[in-house]
Amino acid sequence: MDALDGNAIGGLLIDVFGTEMTAVRSTCATCGASRPVAELVVYNRAPGTVVRCRTCGSVLMVFVQAHGATGVDLTGLASLSQTDRLGRPDG
Amino acid sequence: MERTEVRRRLTWQVATVTSITRETASVATITLEPPEWPGHRAGQHLDVRLTAEDGYTAERSYSIASAPGEPLAITVERLEGGEVSPYLTEILRAGDELELRGPIGGYFVWERGDGGPLMLLAGGSGVVPLRSILRHRRRTGSDVPARLLYSARTLPDVIYRGEFDQYHDNAEVIYTLTRSQPPGWTGHTGRIDQALLAQAAWAGGANPLAFICGPTSFVETAAAGLVGLGYPPERVKTERFGATGGH
Repeated sequence: MDALDGNAIGGLLIDVFGTEMTAVRSTCATCGASRPVAELVVYNRAPGTVVRCRTCGSVLMVFVQAHGATGVDLTGLASLSQTDRLGRPDG
Repeated sequence: MERTEVRRRLTWQVATVTSITRETASVATITLEPPEWPGHRAGQHLDVRLTAEDGYTAERSYSIASAPGEPLAITVERLEGGEVSPYLTEILRAGDELELRGPIGGYFVWERGDGGPLMLLAGGSGVVPLRSILRHRRRTGSDVPARLLYSARTLPDVIYRGEFDQYHDNAEVIYTLTRSQPPGWTGHTGRIDQALLAQAAWAGGANPLAFICGPTSFVETAAAGLVGLGYPPERVKTERFGATGGH
């Protein structure tokens, strides 16, 4: 199965974070690469969703859904930060 | 900058199917009437959930085909062996109910103020969110030049062809047919590559805004090609369907 991208988990991310997240800028804790969540590499196979850095391949986020709850691991991320719609830092 | 985004929980709701229109042999457009719809933006998608009698559920994302302000519609391609798309394209009828949630997505979205020129690249059913963008551009009276480069297997596989044939207002649709071509075809053939992009895409110096949607391999090739033509990477927005071309 080919990888998807962060657009595909927009609904899951709203479930977890309570807001639209695909336009948010992510920074990889391993290599420092920064890009919108929509551009991250997503493997979306039950029972979990694995999100990887498009530059170095490190695991950035893992979501596991079971019994109506979602387990979330964000330890591969250095940061998530809000940007404006064309990707520039917000504010 | 003032925060304009409204926080909103995404809840499943049961929409009524108001019409189904066949677009090609394997593609149908489904018009939906959800009880509560906050309105969508061009390029967004929604999630559909089917539940079997034994409680097994399957969820898929489908791009919204209609422009903001138009009745909500999705366009679905039937994938052989799929769990959801054969039901949506073959069994679902007007008057039936369908569980969905949305709208979803804030990245792969175009609004009039974003400007252009717009360079849209579609692989197969990846044309669906780009059609929403083109309709939105027309409905809002935007005068930014728009060009759609659409890769399809054959001419009968082209979705929305009748609609695209009517576009003359500074919007242009260019096809490449990858599998077979009708007699006398003078358009492009074969998969998108650097040579075709150099010929068919806006020059990078025009500071274009690009949206690419389709199978993952198509999107990777097209995005790298546009950046190679000098498009700023942050103005090349992508959405990948995976290997199957569905969504």
